[in-house]
Amino acid sequence: MTQLQPGAASAATPSSATSRTRKATRTREATARPGESGAFLDVRNLSVKFPTDDGLVSAVNGMDFSLERGQTLGIVGESGSGKSVTSQALMGLLKGTSAQVTGQAMFQGKDLVTLPESGMRQLRGRNIGMIFQDPLSALHPFYTVGHQIAEAYLVHNNASKKQARAAAVDMLGRVGIPSPEQRFDEYPHHFSGGMRQRAMIAMALICEPELLIADEPTTALDVTVQAQILDLMAELQQETNSALILITHDLGVVAEVCDSVLVMYGGQCVESGPVDEIFYDTRHPYTLGLLKSMPTLNGSSGKLNPIPGQPPSLLDLPKGCIFSARCEYAALAGDGVCAGTRPELVVEDGHGKRCHLSGPQILTIRNTR
Amino acid sequence: MIRFILRRTGSLILLLVAVSFITFTLFQLGPADPASAACGQECTPERIAEARVALGMDHPFFIQYFDYMRGLVSPRMIGAPGAESLCQWPCLGKSFQTNENVSDIIARSLPYTLSMAIGALVLWTITGVGLGLLAALRKGSATDKFIVAAASVGVSLPIPVTGLFLLLVFVNQLHLLPFTTNEINSPFGAQGPWAWVLNYFLPWVALAVLFSAAYIRVTRTNMIETFSEDFIRTARAKGLAPRTVTFKHGVRAGITPVVTMLGMDIGLLLGGAVLTEQIFSVPGLGFTAVRAAISGDLPVTMAITMLAAFFVIVANVVVDLAYAAIDPRVRLQ
Repeated sequence: MTQLQPGAASAATPSSATSRTRKATRTREATARPGESGAFLDVRNLSVKFPTDDGLVSAVNGMDFSLERGQTLGIVGESGSGKSVTSQALMGLLKGTSAQVTGQAMFQGKDLVTLPESGMRQLRGRNIGMIFQDPLSALHPFYTVGHQIAEAYLVHNNASKKQARAAAVDMLGRVGIPSPEQRFDEYPHHFSGGMRQRAMIAMALICEPELLIADEPTTALDVTVQAQILDLMAELQQETNSALILITHDLGVVAEVCDSVLVMYGGQCVESGPVDEIFYDTRHPYTLGLLKSMPTLNGSSGKLNPIPGQPPSLLDLPKGCIFSARCEYAALAGDGVCAGTRPELVVEDGHGKRCHLSGPQILTIRNTR
Repeated sequence: MIRFILRRTGSLILLLVAVSFITFTLFQLGPADPASAACGQECTPERIAEARVALGMDHPFFIQYFDYMRGLVSPRMIGAPGAESLCQWPCLGKSFQTNENVSDIIARSLPYTLSMAIGALVLWTITGVGLGLLAALRKGSATDKFIVAAASVGVSLPIPVTGLFLLLVFVNQLHLLPFTTNEINSPFGAQGPWAWVLNYFLPWVALAVLFSAAYIRVTRTNMIETFSEDFIRTARAKGLAPRTVTFKHGVRAGITPVVTMLGMDIGLLLGGAVLTEQIFSVPGLGFTAVRAAISGDLPVTMAITMLAAFFVIVANVVVDLAYAAIDPRVRLQ
């Protein structure tokens, strides 16, 4: 399987002038590092299966991607496409459960897939931070916000409680929480939604991890707060030159902050590449469908355009292309090709697609829409 | 906080009045005839009438009830005119059977009930919560299945069965433990705490088998739910040690329903474990209450019923306070 290098690819493709100022200011030196093995995070053929009473659920099926420091990778897909499971596998949160994780995920010379729980614990919080979707349920209701942040500091630093408190207060200030000294002693239910997510970010970043995984960090927030949180994450990422994996189903968010994008469907990567190419040079019918289903302000019909059909059952994935059953262009590839054989992820100039349709065919589809 | 306590005290008094009135009414409606019981054999109608006057049962229902309740707030005279005696505050009346002050009877029975309740409580909390937590941590394993099965058996065994079985095996056959004696009713007595433990061990186990089964199930269910919460995932994502995740983040959040149960059960048990006290011949409140009810001893029955209600209500207040201490989202007002 060929490997995707979003870092190198996006360095080669200058950002378009579409007002993505957050991205434009980001440092890009780190992305110049060539080669496959030298990647900061290198995920190869990552698969996750869950045994259930009904059979084996294939949540993630052979994911490949890599990421450099200072880069933001967006993982997009609908519910159940395996986005969150991928992130939990990287974080080692599936260890100790019945989940079967296979493949390889090299990070700082260690394979996150085979690393035992004790070794993984050293990395969690210190080298890999994680932000979750709903900050209210992700924060412990019985402990003060400050205590929970200081706890994350104490577990990885040989520090006194006083030092941990000082670090936590400082971090609360850095994530933009006013009067952090007082807020330290308040409970999560005293915080507003946006403030809670800021506190979560403070908790994830207090040990300055090199890799930050944000699992739908803005989904549970008001639209007005979403932009603030995205700005904050981008700002802190730039300060620490960390790598960010942003999991979302919001293409608007992706366009705003990501350097490269990985589109997931049925636990597989169906298209990947630099963010501008994904948006303006879309090469997979599923991504086309996603883009088409986004509501627009000047949409003439006033109707949404959903992709017809349902995602495939992860218990029993189709033999051919996982998307073929819902793909309106499957017939173009020839009789039974899409339903019969599963396409490989083919990468050209850093832009990968998992589709039987040829480039010109996709171009025709795009132009006739 | 002050408002909370005042409100709770108010409802406590109201509830005690209600409980006492219902008990009093039920007693009057029932077939018990304390006067003829008190006058013994060879009763003439005259002697029954005398006994009735002596017990104060010649007055109308409401006067009797009012007299009884008056004793709870001030000392009063009890007995037939001319043969009255003073009943000190708090006057719970005098036993129809022995003419003893009811407060003395309570004071004598309570240590036995306390001895039984405290030990049983500690035992079943440790086994119930411990095994429930173990089952939750090993969800789906053979250990889990065994514990759940044992809990199902335990909860369906009635006290007479476990009690008699324990007596038969450990006292009668194996001679490992002494038969329960009335001489020991406190760990601070002359024979020391160890004798106290041995004396009450079987009643504790009998109660613990029954109660810990329910605690295992509640703990297991709640802990499994709590361990799947997002904040547990956050705790793991911070890199905390499994012990910290389980106890500091998990147990504290998942234990609140157990605290509620515990409060209710303490309250109930302090009112007297009727069956257990009968089987092990422990003269506690439950044992005394049963005897009083059978022999138509109204003042004793009244006092123990009200005391039991009092314990349940106080235990509920303690549960509420404990909740506020565990969960900062709970604010008492």
